[in-house]
Amino acid sequence: MADQAASLPRVAPVTGTSNSAMRFRDGVTFYVLAGVLTLFFFGPFFWTFSSSLKQASEITTYPPVFWPSEAQFNNYYRAWTKVPFFTTGFASFAIPGTDMFLNVPTFGGFYVNSLIVTVLAVTGQVLSATLVAYGFARFQFPFRNTLFMLVIATLIIPWEVTIIPSFLLYKWLGWLDTLKPLIVPSWFGGSPLYIFLLRQFFMGIPRDLDEAAEMDGANSFRILWQILVPLCMPALTTVAIFSFLQHWNEFIQPLIFLNTTENFTVSLGLRLFQTSPADPGEPKEHLMMAAAVIATIPCIMLFFAAQRFFVRGIVMSGIKG
Amino acid sequence: MSTSSATFAAQPARRRSSPLTRRKAIEGYLYISPFLLGFLIFTAYPLLTSLYLSFTSYNILSAPTWIGLENYQRAFTQDPQFWASLSRTGRYALLVVPIGIVCSLLAAMMLNQGFRGTAIFRTLFFLPSITPVIASVLIWLWLLQPSIGVVNYLLSLIGVPGPPWVQSTTWAVPSLVILSLWNTAGGSRMIVFLAGLQGVPQELYEAAHIDGANRIQRFWNVTVPMISPTIFFNLVISVIGALSVFSVAYIGTQGGPAYATYFYVYHLYITAFQFNLMGYASAMAWIFLLIVLALTWLQFWGQKRWVFYAGEERDSGGKDG
Repeated sequence: MADQAASLPRVAPVTGTSNSAMRFRDGVTFYVLAGVLTLFFFGPFFWTFSSSLKQASEITTYPPVFWPSEAQFNNYYRAWTKVPFFTTGFASFAIPGTDMFLNVPTFGGFYVNSLIVTVLAVTGQVLSATLVAYGFARFQFPFRNTLFMLVIATLIIPWEVTIIPSFLLYKWLGWLDTLKPLIVPSWFGGSPLYIFLLRQFFMGIPRDLDEAAEMDGANSFRILWQILVPLCMPALTTVAIFSFLQHWNEFIQPLIFLNTTENFTVSLGLRLFQTSPADPGEPKEHLMMAAAVIATIPCIMLFFAAQRFFVRGIVMSGIKG
Repeated sequence: MSTSSATFAAQPARRRSSPLTRRKAIEGYLYISPFLLGFLIFTAYPLLTSLYLSFTSYNILSAPTWIGLENYQRAFTQDPQFWASLSRTGRYALLVVPIGIVCSLLAAMMLNQGFRGTAIFRTLFFLPSITPVIASVLIWLWLLQPSIGVVNYLLSLIGVPGPPWVQSTTWAVPSLVILSLWNTAGGSRMIVFLAGLQGVPQELYEAAHIDGANRIQRFWNVTVPMISPTIFFNLVISVIGALSVFSVAYIGTQGGPAYATYFYVYHLYITAFQFNLMGYASAMAWIFLLIVLALTWLQFWGQKRWVFYAGEERDSGGKDG
């Protein structure tokens, strides 16, 4: 077998093409296809960014202008303050025809709300998923496997089924229109997917380390904190990143649990931007695209800062699941 | 107590002296207690409450009154939007799931060829999946703008008259399918396929090649069986995701035009949070849960016929993809 393989012409790693002409043809096909897909997947980002820098007049012209004649960075400032992203507080707008001012929270307020929710929910999910995963990975107790099946089972329960009683529960607790419903559940076990991921990772670490520490008199919490957690930093980072994106991008829960504009997260703020009227005589697409960029930037920055964790996390959850 | 915990200890081999076993069991329970509490409060309680509410008439303002199966009867016989929204959702899923899986698999196969630039393309394809849903909808509404949108402009360059996209009953659903492909085709589904493809032992392709199998035969007889577990995993996840379609329709088309994108979960949302028909909406939620469970069970049952688990043999294979 090995001899036969060796006697074959040098093959491409996966496709098994048999000569260099074919390899060349494959290469052309690859780059053409990749180009088309790049246009589909990345083109919209380019168009969003270019639109966000256009003047109002360039938004409505047809055929469309591909790059603004003069980049209007001012659009970002206007988007930030229109539906009023970092400065918590309010922006004042004169109401035309009156001497009154309309005070609207700035997008800064939405950004601060989203940051509060995301930071607290990520912390809660990472901490509680670590504890629960450690419990499942390292301890023997009655019904352990049944309870772990329960963790997995909660993965397929659609949110639609629990949303109404949750709404009623938060209403009863007086939590509606506060950020609590978006944060507190994260502190209770994190999420089944994260428990699963971390348990897999803990189980991959030899028990010898725990047992040695146990001999030296370390309690189970110290073993977790001083031995396992430092070894699991890649997995924990992965979980934290997924958790961040999940909370930052969440739309449905804020939509249902929040009412007042001051409590809105970035997603809802963007929605408000979409539904609020444009300034008279001016389209608002360029401002809306600037707002979309502002809302997406944290996700993109996080992605580029931590790319390798993404692939690892998805592969762990997908393949071993 | 000591006898019962001893009988439940899953692996007798790890049993030590009884007090230690018991202490370990208690510690284990303590570690998983966040999950247990969270499960009770945020899953089990809402699940049972919505089951109860589904047999009541409840408008939040006055106490729920028991009406037996009336809500279910209403769904099946009196509410025209129940069946209409359900079949709409089914048709959407039938469109978006196969197209989505084929696109992700093709993109993954392309990236698995090992050409230069693969990492960059993978990144570019992945970016849309981390974009907040609200931002992606706003971006695509702008791209697909019928009169001055860039997509219709590009279509006009190749002589194709652009459709009115989200503004027409015919094109609203395809618009959402394109949006969903943009959001998911290059995301975790593609990464899972890529990992699956990289796990296929190279020798299998070489053996098939020697036996004279062409590309298409190699794809159907080597690739597909070897990655069938990942296909299955992606199928289950995608079906659940497609049936839950809500946000894109809510933000992008408000269910319209003329109910063209008024999906099941949208109907549930309106019923619960606009009309305050919490009892009826709970019945809809439970019907949805049963549909999702039935479809998931069906897929698990069906997988025996086509999903091939290579088991241990796979680990002995080469992993040089």
